Amino acid sequence: MNNIIPLFVIIPLAGAFLNSLLGRFSKLFSDILSNIVCILTTFFSFVILFNLNLSPNNILTYRVGGWVAPIGIMLVVDHLSVLMLLTVNLVALCCCIYSISYMEKYTDKWKYYALFMIMLAGMNGVIITSDIFNMYVFLEIAAIASYALVAFGDESEKLEASFKYLVLGSVASAIILLSIALIYSYVSSLNLADISLTLSNMVDVNKVYFIKFISLLLIVGFGVKSALVPFHSWLPDAHQSAPAPISAMSSGVLIKTLGIYAMVRILFNIFGVGQKILSIIVILGLLSMFVGVILALYQWDYKRLLAYHSISQFGYIILGIGLATPLGILGGLFHLINHSVFKSLLFLTSGATESTLGTRDLRRMGELNKKMPLTTFSALIGSMSISGIPPFNGFWSKLIIIVACIQAKQYFAGFIATIVSFLTLSSFTKVLKYGFYGKSEVNYENIKEVPGAMVVPMIILSLCCIFMGLLLLPHIRQYFLDNVVNVLQQGTIYATKVFELR
Amino acid sequence: MSHLPYILCLILFLIGLYAVLVKKNLIKIIIGLGIIDYSLNLFLVLIGYKKQSIFPILSKDTQIQPMVDPLPQALVLTAIVIGLAVTMLMVAIAIRLYEKYETFDITQIRKLKG
Repeated sequence: MNNIIPLFVIIPLAGAFLNSLLGRFSKLFSDILSNIVCILTTFFSFVILFNLNLSPNNILTYRVGGWVAPIGIMLVVDHLSVLMLLTVNLVALCCCIYSISYMEKYTDKWKYYALFMIMLAGMNGVIITSDIFNMYVFLEIAAIASYALVAFGDESEKLEASFKYLVLGSVASAIILLSIALIYSYVSSLNLADISLTLSNMVDVNKVYFIKFISLLLIVGFGVKSALVPFHSWLPDAHQSAPAPISAMSSGVLIKTLGIYAMVRILFNIFGVGQKILSIIVILGLLSMFVGVILALYQWDYKRLLAYHSISQFGYIILGIGLATPLGILGGLFHLINHSVFKSLLFLTSGATESTLGTRDLRRMGELNKKMPLTTFSALIGSMSISGIPPFNGFWSKLIIIVACIQAKQYFAGFIATIVSFLTLSSFTKVLKYGFYGKSEVNYENIKEVPGAMVVPMIILSLCCIFMGLLLLPHIRQYFLDNVVNVLQQGTIYATKVFELR
Repeated sequence: MSHLPYILCLILFLIGLYAVLVKKNLIKIIIGLGIIDYSLNLFLVLIGYKKQSIFPILSKDTQIQPMVDPLPQALVLTAIVIGLAVTMLMVAIAIRLYEKYETFDITQIRKLKG
């Protein structure tokens, strides 16, 4: 059963190859091929989830090329990876279905699909690999594809945003590569589990300083990739300019995989974070939350507003994980999947309104509740989820994070989290009032609901928003979310477990 | 004196960072990122270097001697390829930006704000 692990990279890569080879001859072919790829990867992530619960150590490994661990590359799937795999592939499937009719207005759809597949392969690769340099390579594959996708189209804003993203992303990659080089020079290994074991057995006075220095470098590097606040300036531009499914992908899953997953995996499972690093993470989270939402209040461009809210919701995730209590980690990870779902949903609705009305300015939108009922319904569900109204999924994760803050005696953090939740609600009240329900000065005649291929993913994601709170029920939680929390709680035991199975 | 190559490497990195942060011309920013890339590649090769050792190829008729670490060299090859891809994409976007705005000056390429 372990043999299906490499398929997460192989299938999308093959999809990209076939798309670029044959896609130019038939649009239908690339539509069908890309959707089949996404369906397959989603199906395999569910298969992996069920197998993982059956396996004794809750860990599955695969040796690339048959080489044993410290020499060869090992692919490792545990519950944290499977959580990310499920989210990434599910959101990718929804965005892929959505692209069938949204991307009609662009020429060269097959190039778009090829890049999309490469991005998916890169993200899946980051999640399943257990080799730090391999992780860097996959990270760059996903990042390069996303730079090109942001510039997809011919508006000058797209090029500008893409260039900004490229420069900041490349500097971040350079910092990550620097820290990988430093780790290699100190530990003489690139395998994550091996690094962890060697570091814990090493007797050296400078070890503590080394780990702190590397952790800071990694927080900066991955912080740029995941747009935490001092490093956030590329995100609103890039997400505003990209095609809507790509905004949904990169806001929903790309920056989480490249940023948070990679950072958390290395800091928690490999180095074992200390209290100082954790407090830096909490402070970054609080800053992101507050600054993101304040900046979002001023926006009138629908997609730019959503992009600033991404920064703010990221703060919640980082805050929850940075608390490092079981409840905090549970809240952070649950908010991570919830945010993927509702933020992708909101970006998809923004794409729907943009493609019918031709504008993203909230002041020029309005009276959509009668003409586009399904889109309005999805936007309503998404807005209520993101602003934390019960019983939608966003409410539960925010509640858990705030309770965790109070349990950990971080009253100030809990206070900020509550305030930010109110500000988010007010900001989305504005979106719904001006964008969907209110009156519009411009008279829109002949507005129709978007085609079925764009409605279906929005409905799927809305249903996810409504029912994902059920994941917290004790009977369901013990199979899935509790195991994920254990992976982070156990910290460096990860390395021992992986080494037993090599 | 043994630290000298590393210090030079750091200086190279800082020159690149200076170019990225201070220069206003798109092309100079791209060159700065290239310099950062090269300084890191140099750093990786330096990690594997050992004094008075030979290239890491073992054939039947060579005597076994201390050799340099081959792994960083393999990593550098990959890093160079990634750098090439990023640089090409950047140059392509810079050319398109020049067509749209007719300037390479980043202070005049500002349609996005807020």
